[in-house]
Amino acid sequence: MAAGAPGGGSTVANTYEKARTWLLLPSWLVLLGLSLIPVIMMLVYSFLTKEFRGGVIWEFSLAAYDQFFFDRGLFGDEPPSIEWTYITIFWRSFWQAGTATLLSLAIGFPTAYFIATRPAGSRAIWVFLITIPYWVNLLIRTVSMKFLLRDQGPLNQVLMSLGLIDSPLHMVNTNFAVQLGLFYSYLPFMVLPIYAAVERYDFSLSEAAADLYASRWVTLRRVLLPAVKPGIIAGCILVFVPSLGSFLAPDLLGGAKNYMIGSLIEEQFKGNAGNWPFGAAASMILLTIVLIILLLFARQQTRHERKEA
Amino acid sequence: MADVSARLDVRTYTGFRAITLLCLCILYAPLLVVTIYSFNSSNSIAAWEGFSLRWYVDVFTGPESAKFKLAAWNSFVIAIVAASVSTAIATLAATGMIRAGKFRLRMLSAGLISLPLMVPEIVTAVATLIFFNAIGFDRGLMTIVLAHIAFCIPFAYLPIAARMQGIDDSFEQAALDLYATRRQAFTRILLPLMAPGIISGFLLAFIVSLDDFIITNFVKGAGVETLPTAIFGAVKQGIKPNIMAISTLLLSVSVVMVTISYFVSKTDKTN
Repeated sequence: MAAGAPGGGSTVANTYEKARTWLLLPSWLVLLGLSLIPVIMMLVYSFLTKEFRGGVIWEFSLAAYDQFFFDRGLFGDEPPSIEWTYITIFWRSFWQAGTATLLSLAIGFPTAYFIATRPAGSRAIWVFLITIPYWVNLLIRTVSMKFLLRDQGPLNQVLMSLGLIDSPLHMVNTNFAVQLGLFYSYLPFMVLPIYAAVERYDFSLSEAAADLYASRWVTLRRVLLPAVKPGIIAGCILVFVPSLGSFLAPDLLGGAKNYMIGSLIEEQFKGNAGNWPFGAAASMILLTIVLIILLLFARQQTRHERKEA
Repeated sequence: MADVSARLDVRTYTGFRAITLLCLCILYAPLLVVTIYSFNSSNSIAAWEGFSLRWYVDVFTGPESAKFKLAAWNSFVIAIVAASVSTAIATLAATGMIRAGKFRLRMLSAGLISLPLMVPEIVTAVATLIFFNAIGFDRGLMTIVLAHIAFCIPFAYLPIAARMQGIDDSFEQAALDLYATRRQAFTRILLPLMAPGIISGFLLAFIVSLDDFIITNFVKGAGVETLPTAIFGAVKQGIKPNIMAISTLLLSVSVVMVTISYFVSKTDKTN
């Protein structure tokens, strides 16, 4: 393979090496033009002046960030104090996404573990069953969840006919509905990495622990969990990050009281508030938070890999 | 024998099976309920009054049918174009990344390809809208297609790259040794071997494009609707039975496509 062919003298690698630039050029162009440059443009727009019915005036301004962090009174002439409105919305988003992540972990971990310990032949079918709903349109899944949870919806009807409750439980437009919606949106992202980690796990470690009279829960906590930790962390990130900026679940299941970042941003561009620089600034803040989380995660993963090696 | 069962026992935790079944219930209950109620003959969504196909008839011939048909057609065209273009770009990129040895910009290239996966969807939506606004590109069908091509690339790339990594390059080397041209080695050897990966990549990109609401909602022009934006607009006025029929149809399309993709990759492994 290395020495090359007798006739043409070309190896696979040097064949493609010559064409490499042409092979990669389309993806570079499209992703630079439609992913990277737009994000840079967004950064620029967050420092511009707002135009009243949407759009911007090309004049440098810090107004968007100022509005986000500081309250200067109705006429903008009072000494600045901290503006809590938007920080509260971000905080609520963190809380909702965090709770949804824990819910996904509580149900996703046992599920992933159960699937990974099935006979090899049936694992693929279980994974398939878990992932099918994910491929159904997110909007339709969220609407279906709303339909199920309604006051007069099927879930309340079933619970009432079983005599478990007397009057319908009010679930739509609550925090719980949003958390359930987020859980429903991203559950496979929790199950799949944990499943992959448990599948690679060497069960002779558990057997060794059992031989040394460790109880099963001790084995789970002290032997299995540390070994599959990277999978658990990956799952948590993959659920938390999209939940943080999600729009559909809070919008359809949460109502006005359970406002999250996604709705705040959307309103700046689609709604009546129409403040583009502010929407761009809020997006930049969200993006920065997400990139920090991903960076910490990448560092943690490389550290784990180094430890393994 | 007792020893073996004791060893197996180390793996099982009581309650995990029950939680798995609960998990499947939560995942499927909303979809099943909507599917069942889409066959309801009642005008209201609250009560079950008997089996009927009237809402499916309504979807195709009712007062809102023209709107939804156009939206469905738009969604389909956008998904076909975006999936085809992004799959072609991803196939070339995967060849360059995996077959062409190490090179200086490799890390940067990999980062660029995964960029749409790292940036939250709503941020991509805002950034794309701002970009089109800044360059003075009128919003319409075209802006949706362009935005979809960009964010479909990583989804098409993943299965294609995974497949290519699994193919030993000795097949192509043999072809080159037998005086095949480079183009022949690529089109006659590598591409056919890559087919299952490319099909999965295409289907994935297609579903991701069909699924998208947020980015489409931001970059679409006034009056241009795709199925998700049309459904979202309708749902804002309350869930009506015809929406459930449309949802069930769309749900079936997704399930069928995923099932096909599953069996394509399965037959591939048995060969």
